[in-house]
Amino acid sequence: MKNIGIEQISLAFGFIILLLGLWGTLTQKNIIKIVLSFTLFDTGLNIIIVAIGYLRNKTAPIIDSAELQKDTVNKVVDPLPQALVLTSIVIGVGVTALMLVYVLKLYKEKKSLIINDYKDLKW
Amino acid sequence: MLKNSLILVLIIGFAATMYSLFASYTPKENLSGVSKHYVENGKEEVGAANLVTAIVLTYRGFDTLGEVSILFLTAAIIGFFLKVEHGDSIVNEKVKRYSEILGTGAKVLIPMMILLGVYVFVNGHLTPGGGFQGGAIIASAFVLMFIALPHHTISHKVLSVVESFSGLGYVLIGVLGVVLAAGFLDNQILSLGTFGTILSAGAIPVIYILVGLKVGTELTGIISNLKEIQNEQE
Repeated sequence: MKNIGIEQISLAFGFIILLLGLWGTLTQKNIIKIVLSFTLFDTGLNIIIVAIGYLRNKTAPIIDSAELQKDTVNKVVDPLPQALVLTSIVIGVGVTALMLVYVLKLYKEKKSLIINDYKDLKW
Repeated sequence: MLKNSLILVLIIGFAATMYSLFASYTPKENLSGVSKHYVENGKEEVGAANLVTAIVLTYRGFDTLGEVSILFLTAAIIGFFLKVEHGDSIVNEKVKRYSEILGTGAKVLIPMMILLGVYVFVNGHLTPGGGFQGGAIIASAFVLMFIALPHHTISHKVLSVVESFSGLGYVLIGVLGVVLAAGFLDNQILSLGTFGTILSAGAIPVIYILVGLKVGTELTGIISNLKEIQNEQE
């Protein structure tokens, strides 16, 4: 492939991290590791979204110099994916905290962190 | 065995989809659509130097209100889950003694971390950062306090009062936007000021201060709940 830039590299890393997260949620037995895999999945998605908004040879969307005030449109990267990822990170924090509290409650109930010990919903 | 092969098939399927997405990806050359409008007119319409802040708090301000309420719901559910079993916060007498170096270092660092958090959310419209990031920094200062100085506790009442008032203030500013300016969460209820100075961008600094306080107190509340239930189990 010709012309590989930072956007392709970060996109590929995002996909790899996302796949790792998926693999972890499906195969791990320890509940804490499952929660960690969920956060990996989350991180991979965030990296992909930011990478898609990147434009080559352009700067951050913060107008902090007089030079940047003229012709801003052609000098900055896309701010919209970054704003969406900001929202997504905060919600990811909330979801992770909630999952960890569920793990805490499960552990208090049965004193086990192995998912196979919880058969109440299995048929 | 069947389960493992199903997992393998699923992951290979996902990987194939992603590879085709990756292979067909062509980098964009220029801004297009709605982000072009935001970058072109953000300076005149919102007056915030940080265009990401302009999008988060004005163009998509309603989304951010929803995001703040999701965080609030999370904190409330966690409080409900962990709080039912015991009444007031119990200070465990048998908490391990902390080391002198850790305690002294924490006492030096905690005020500075809180100051950095405040700086980050006050300058949210000028520099990378904002209410969520500043709030997370403040919460990390309290995490350090919980780890290094286990005998210090913070009052849940103060936390919930600060949290409620900043959430209420956020909604009130939104409603003021309907009355005084063009619509809900419009930032032009205050004058836009000089572009690039700290008193600019209308209501954005005020909203970000409120968001920062709210996020900081919520995360601190979650962590102190977790810490108290741990003390109780020991």
